[in-house]
Amino acid sequence: MEKIDVVIVGGGLSGLSCAYKLAEKDMQVIVVERGDFPGSKNVTGGRLYLEPIKSIVGDMLDDAPFERKVVREKWSLLGEDNSINIDFTSEKLRQSNHSYTVLRAHFDRWLSEKLMEKGVFVIPKYRVDDLLWEGDSIVGVKAGEEEIYANVVVASDGVLSFMAEKAGLKQKMKPKNYAVGIKEVIELSEEKINDRFNVEASEGCSHLFIGDVTKGMFGGGFLYTNKETVSLGLVIGIKALMEKAPAIEAHALMNAFRERYEIGRMIEGGSLVEYSAHIIPEAGYNGISKLYGNGIIVAGDAAGFALNMGVTVRGMEFAIASGIIAAETAIKAKEVDDYSEKTLALYENKLREMFVLKDLYTCKDMPGFLDNDSFFSFYPNSFPDLVEKIMWFGEEPKGRLGKSLWNEIKSNGLLSFKRLKELYSIKNI
Amino acid sequence: MRVDEKLTIDAFKVDRESHIKINQDICRNKCKNKYCLSICPGHLYTFNQDNNEIVVEFAGCLECGTCKVACTDGAIEWVYPKGEFGVQYRYG
Repeated sequence: MEKIDVVIVGGGLSGLSCAYKLAEKDMQVIVVERGDFPGSKNVTGGRLYLEPIKSIVGDMLDDAPFERKVVREKWSLLGEDNSINIDFTSEKLRQSNHSYTVLRAHFDRWLSEKLMEKGVFVIPKYRVDDLLWEGDSIVGVKAGEEEIYANVVVASDGVLSFMAEKAGLKQKMKPKNYAVGIKEVIELSEEKINDRFNVEASEGCSHLFIGDVTKGMFGGGFLYTNKETVSLGLVIGIKALMEKAPAIEAHALMNAFRERYEIGRMIEGGSLVEYSAHIIPEAGYNGISKLYGNGIIVAGDAAGFALNMGVTVRGMEFAIASGIIAAETAIKAKEVDDYSEKTLALYENKLREMFVLKDLYTCKDMPGFLDNDSFFSFYPNSFPDLVEKIMWFGEEPKGRLGKSLWNEIKSNGLLSFKRLKELYSIKNI
Repeated sequence: MRVDEKLTIDAFKVDRESHIKINQDICRNKCKNKYCLSICPGHLYTFNQDNNEIVVEFAGCLECGTCKVACTDGAIEWVYPKGEFGVQYRYG
């Protein structure tokens, strides 16, 4: 049988980036995508950080259909019926190309079209059903009746990666290692978005919410501004949802979030144009799969390359970088004419030298640290309450401000041993 | 807005055959919590009391994978819909 150089399962960001780099070196590559077009099965929050990948992407993202450049970072602590925001902007964010919001059905489709112009075969509407084996090596994929033989299979088939599972590289999927993301895309005019979010044209905002939005469960809300839509959503730990008693329906949480006063004002008059959901790897470094085998490399979400840092969540730049390094590895393997795991180990070695595995490793204790109800109920309830008490001027004469603040901090437990220990332990993460 | 109304806004290409198979024996005899009933973002799982059966409206599946992960008893056998079928996101 005739073998091509690389077959890529899944036309998301890792798969398409991989194909792009392979095409630059004239490698024979086929991308197989199960959706109508690349991007049609993808869901993101979300935004893409460009700095970590700028030295490796080359011209791949030139003229990319970014939605808006994030120049405003906001976080909210949501109590039951009150909230506090932090709103950050800076000249540095406004002057640089730090991060952009994206919509994947547009973004991935654009990248796939750019690839096809370079002569890469991107085959949509085909679900890859199985791997093809020769002894203990993977030598291709089976999609329906079609068999595609290749020297290297790149499994970039997303968080549920059936390919990594079939190759025996994936850990069993446990509820504690995943969260479910639920998202609404809401259409608003460009001017309304500029005005409501206090940004100029083509500038945007990223807003994370923590607290009552998940009823104290692990997770939070997000809002990203796109050109003429906003992406509003929730992320909730699957284990936390399973343990919640009495059970809360996931879709009802999403509805309650969008109906909050704070959100209602932002999306008023907007119309829902899409409702989507996807699971997200949450285990960080300890959740990643084995990254390669004989004839196979695992990239992007399929490998578990997603990082929840509490203050932000990252994944797409990890997908792009891992796709590019997978391509470099396949090119090297062709040079030495060896596609066994001995050569493909280069993939992991390279990822260890760059942010992909370095950042994941640095944050390896983050999932354990974040799995703490302090972040999801205690702080989001305490701080807005504190402000409410200070800022309320009633019939009674107001007591001394500092004294009231001190009493309040003492009585609500902000200075308790547990909280101070938590504060002390942040140096470990 | 109800979740079933939200789903009507999405684009689906529906296969005749379900990509989600449920082993009712496991649901009846082993599963205590029925997480699928509350955890699905599309609210597609329901319990049919007359037949003592879990029913899934697979046509509205958002393909998120939550039920696959949450069904720790292994009653839900979940694969991607065949190529060309299932939800087709236009924003993503």
